[in-house]
Amino acid sequence: MNQKETIISVSSLEKSYKGLKVLKGVDFTLNNGSIFALLGSNGAGKTTIVNILSTLLKPDGGKAEICGYDVVRQGMKVRKHISLTGQYAAVDEVLTGRENLRMIASLRHLPYGEQKADELLDSFNLLDAGNRRVSTYSGGMRRRLDLAMSLMGSPSIIFLDEPTTGLDPQSRLAMWKIVKSLADSGTTIFLTTQYLEEAEQLADQIAILNDGIIVAEGTPDALKKGMPNGTVELIFNSETDIEMAYSLLIGYQVNRNEEMLTINIITDGSVEQLSDILNRLNQSDVVVSSLTQKMPTLEDVFLALIEKKQEERNQ
Amino acid sequence: MKILSKIKYAVMDSFTMFKRCMLLSFRNLDSLITGILIPVLMMFLFVYVFGGSMNVGDGSYVNYIVPGVILQCVGQCAAITAISVNNDMKKGIIDRFRSMPITKSSVLTGHASAAIIRNMVTTALVIGVALLIGFRPTANITQWLVVIGILFIYIMAITWLSIIFGLVSNSAESAQVISIVILLLSYFSSGFVATESMPTALRAFAENQPLTPIIETIRSLLMNTLTDGNLIIAITWCIVIFAVSYVIAVQIYRRRLAK
Repeated sequence: MNQKETIISVSSLEKSYKGLKVLKGVDFTLNNGSIFALLGSNGAGKTTIVNILSTLLKPDGGKAEICGYDVVRQGMKVRKHISLTGQYAAVDEVLTGRENLRMIASLRHLPYGEQKADELLDSFNLLDAGNRRVSTYSGGMRRRLDLAMSLMGSPSIIFLDEPTTGLDPQSRLAMWKIVKSLADSGTTIFLTTQYLEEAEQLADQIAILNDGIIVAEGTPDALKKGMPNGTVELIFNSETDIEMAYSLLIGYQVNRNEEMLTINIITDGSVEQLSDILNRLNQSDVVVSSLTQKMPTLEDVFLALIEKKQEERNQ
Repeated sequence: MKILSKIKYAVMDSFTMFKRCMLLSFRNLDSLITGILIPVLMMFLFVYVFGGSMNVGDGSYVNYIVPGVILQCVGQCAAITAISVNNDMKKGIIDRFRSMPITKSSVLTGHASAAIIRNMVTTALVIGVALLIGFRPTANITQWLVVIGILFIYIMAITWLSIIFGLVSNSAESAQVISIVILLLSYFSSGFVATESMPTALRAFAENQPLTPIIETIRSLLMNTLTDGNLIIAITWCIVIFAVSYVIAVQIYRRRLAK
């Protein structure tokens, strides 16, 4: 079980909607037992990839295999190995949590479906709510039930399309815990997210999808190298200070906003860089009225990656 | 062997979907009750308010309108079917079913079989209420069996027609238009007044649309009179509507799934 085997392989995957190319040749492979995060902003094509892999959508070109089966030609075999938890909770609102689970159990032709339903309710902390209609559930409970339904029948791969979008922070942490424990039990998890932090927290392997292609792929540590680790925002009291500061910070990647009297500096997140910045300003008596350090957003990462690619091309 | 297990799973999956649809309609009891209540209220209205001034030849007015009321009731229930199919198609649940190793057609067969059971029960209830307010059929066993047979094919036909409405509509509101279509057809037929009393153009329409021969046949059978060739026309209409609707519904469903 611990042996690393390729469980998903995708090559030159293409898909267009009404003449608009959404996927422009996507390639990646994934080993079993790992957590794979597909990171990308809204509209990058994440859901399209999930839909193709879960046999809902036919690709226009390229190839995708799951457990060695082709997703287009051997759909039924693929469906036996996977489970999909889409962006919108796929549950019957007027049925109870238990009834929802039992229905999936009988659709998967499982023996002991009722017992299995109770076990899943228990492990997803829904036992008390099991006999209540889903329409009375909170958003977090609904997601948990949705996931429990996906686990019915112990599939080898679970697709989670933006599992934490729209959840409150507490439910998000609970979802992270569930995902981690699923992976520990040997299930391969393919999740999509728009949050860098989420991918970093959960995934063994991250692929960044931008504009229909994978722009970077690797372990979180490998990806972090060469990524901006954060930005420092400085607020000044006057325009002259901002001008001074701008000229003092040569060598850094700096964006200034004169109207707001702010400067954004991209750093590697180290204390050395931060103190170097402040030293330079101090030595010339430029007064900083406030300082905030920010984690990089997905956009910063994209920009840095795209810049890096261009640099490589120029060399 | 492979074919056999395929059939076995198709039957099992359809049965699970049937149970699901039945459970869903029990939970949406208010729409089921509306489906029965509206035709029953219409029957009261016609019998007690208009009945006095209606001249439909021999026999009581309630005996005259029961077939029309039954077809209306099936039309009301068709709205429930159309709405539930529509809900399934636009919510995440259909994507879950599609990504599971199940017989794809089971989603529709589940809806259809649940609809047929719903219709049989509500039709029986409507007949029960009619009996309470003076409906006195004089049909023998054979005639009753033929009536049940015709109603069964009619229910199948309207059910698959309503599935088409559910599949092609963008919202539940437009899906339930099916019931208005049936309702109007039942009024522009010989269900409540004799077609002879209608203006020429309307009369021509009323006498040649499917509901009139079905109503005439059921009425003749229930009242133990001759069906005058309407029987064949009625059965033909039912079978044609069923067959065409079924083929179209399955095609649309396949296309929706293979996007």
